[in-house]
Amino acid sequence: MTDRPPEIHEQRILGTELLWAVGVGVLVAATLSVVVFTALSRDINPPSNVERIDPKTLHLSGEFAEHNLGTTVGPDGRVTARMIATQFMFVPRCIAVPSGRAVTLRFASPDVIHGLLITRTNVNTMVVPGFVAQVHTEFTRDEDLLMPCHEYCGLGHSEMWATVQVMPDDRFKPGPDGRVSCAQR
Amino acid sequence: MRNVERLCLAHFWVAFAAFLVASLLGAWQMWVRSPLGANIGTPTPGHYFMSVTAHGVSMAYVLTTFFIMGFGYFVAVTSLGRPLPGKVWAWIAFWMAIVGVVMVLIPIIMGQASVLFTFYPPLTASPWFYIGLVLVVVGSWVWCILMFVAMREWKRENPGQPVPLAMFATVANAVMWLWTTVGVAAELLFQVIPASLGIVQTIDAGLARTLFSWTLHAIVYFWLIPAYIALYTMIPRAAGGRLYSDTMGRLTFILFLVYSLPVGMHHLMMDPEHGNGWKFIQMLLTVFVSVPTLLTIFTIMASLEIAGRLRGGRGVFGWIAKLPWERPAVLATGLAFVMLGFGGFGGLINMGYGMNAMVHNTSWVTAHFHLIFGGSVVIMYFAIAYEIWPRLTGREHASPAPLRWQLWLWFIGMMVMTLPWHLLGLQGQWRRVANFNYADPIIAAWGPWVLVSFFGGLVLLASALLFVRNLAVLHRSPLPVAQRPLYALAVHPPHRVPAALNGFGLWNVLVLVLMLLAYGYPIAQFVIEPSPAAMVHRMH
Repeated sequence: MTDRPPEIHEQRILGTELLWAVGVGVLVAATLSVVVFTALSRDINPPSNVERIDPKTLHLSGEFAEHNLGTTVGPDGRVTARMIATQFMFVPRCIAVPSGRAVTLRFASPDVIHGLLITRTNVNTMVVPGFVAQVHTEFTRDEDLLMPCHEYCGLGHSEMWATVQVMPDDRFKPGPDGRVSCAQR
Repeated sequence: MRNVERLCLAHFWVAFAAFLVASLLGAWQMWVRSPLGANIGTPTPGHYFMSVTAHGVSMAYVLTTFFIMGFGYFVAVTSLGRPLPGKVWAWIAFWMAIVGVVMVLIPIIMGQASVLFTFYPPLTASPWFYIGLVLVVVGSWVWCILMFVAMREWKRENPGQPVPLAMFATVANAVMWLWTTVGVAAELLFQVIPASLGIVQTIDAGLARTLFSWTLHAIVYFWLIPAYIALYTMIPRAAGGRLYSDTMGRLTFILFLVYSLPVGMHHLMMDPEHGNGWKFIQMLLTVFVSVPTLLTIFTIMASLEIAGRLRGGRGVFGWIAKLPWERPAVLATGLAFVMLGFGGFGGLINMGYGMNAMVHNTSWVTAHFHLIFGGSVVIMYFAIAYEIWPRLTGREHASPAPLRWQLWLWFIGMMVMTLPWHLLGLQGQWRRVANFNYADPIIAAWGPWVLVSFFGGLVLLASALLFVRNLAVLHRSPLPVAQRPLYALAVHPPHRVPAALNGFGLWNVLVLVLMLLAYGYPIAQFVIEPSPAAMVHRMH
């Protein structure tokens, strides 16, 4: 095994490095372009509404009081589903949503940090006490989806999940109070 | 070696003892979560989360911190060729960190700290858990200061000379670590410890998460830099070649210092307490963290090419086959690069401002950091241990075969474990649960892949056992060590380098500016308009 110094001129080393640096620049620019283009053109943004709510009193009155939870269709036809994420359940345990229509999901926690995702969709948010987590989405398939708590919230964390019942639009009929509940299956 | 052998070995053995225990726990956790462990009734979720906490703390805090400190002392002495200044302080720091680890582990075992290694409040553990962590961090701060002193004294004795790359990089890591720990230190001292002690009853959970995110990404680079130090300074020599460019090495470590800090909010992409603009800025900065890694891949490949060609390799790819793959250090490098490729690709998805929603808090993320840290970084820890253990013990391995076996098993185990996790994560399998309800049809379909990944976990456990055995037998090996140089020379060794590439003054200013830009408002918003505090939930 010889240890003769390899004969590579410093200028040649610098040249290859600059070439690679250009390659890295192109790669970084391409990655950023894809991310920025999809965010702008398809309106894909993380859930970031920065809306404060007091976790100690949110269940007493207002939007997250018990009678307001679940799915509501407003006078303008907007569908909003509200849930409380608490140790160790979602309240209510099931929400009904229409397929093929814009839906707003709103969550709040009265106790610790929770999080959720809905399987087979890209619905994903943390639920941090002190803030309302809000996700805009549109469901495309009529099926029962699993919505687990995905942030460790205590020893009962593994038992915390809810169901999202996606209904065809013609079966998604609000009652006189504008509310829709899960169908018994 | 100037009498730091015992110091280094003490650190390394604590690190690897923690690693072995954590590997056992990891394999057990995978069994509990698999269809095999379901419906057994025992163990309870309490046991499971106790185990996850111990696994995370041991791997992420004990293995890493002790390994990095021990390796730093080794580099300071061997690369600078002078005794370690303040060796007494190094031992004090060691024992302080040991006391810290014991204080952390006792409440975990007693079930009073099942908050996982990320300990997000309002959940809080026994105060001993946090105070123990603080002691470990303070021990590591002493290490940082010793690294600065060692470099400064060497500079004084060698005015105008370039600091050897291995030491330059080690000090870069020490500087970065001081910046990194500011976030978690503020969270612990001002929020979590008072809450845990019962001094305050409410806590701002959003602020705590933000401060933790400050630490959460850079800490990963704190763990990674020793692996990169080995890649730049040891691997070219182990392969029989030269380092392609010393300057590129310096630049890489500076870029790590600068870009690993102002990016932590990409862990909070799905959080409601920050606006899109701030998430977007930190996402932009995150893209640049890939730059030092891409530069490293190029420089190390070029260095290995030199080795391959010196050994008679011809053609565009012929040099690859000529590399001495039978040497554990070279083999580990090749395997680390493969895992870095997969893990790095996954990381780009995580970073994606919109794509993050598909994978946040799913098994995809677990797979990503096991592949990058547990895979690429830890396999380089193995390579470093195999390279320097003979120098610490004065003994040589009888045969490198068990070392190669161990590295291959680690690689295979890691791939078999993490590739199914990536797949399951995309299907929505979420993280951090003690058991799955396999009666649910969606979850039942995941069962076979969970079993495959459990098998990977068993292979990893076998590799971990073999690793500790390989190191232990060396202490009794009859073969004396053959003297050989450790550090690679550069093709063009630097004679003088600009001050900016020989110290960190300028770069600290840049870090400060970037941190103010990236974290200034996101932290200040909690002061400008405090978010409603949550009740503390004590788990003790």
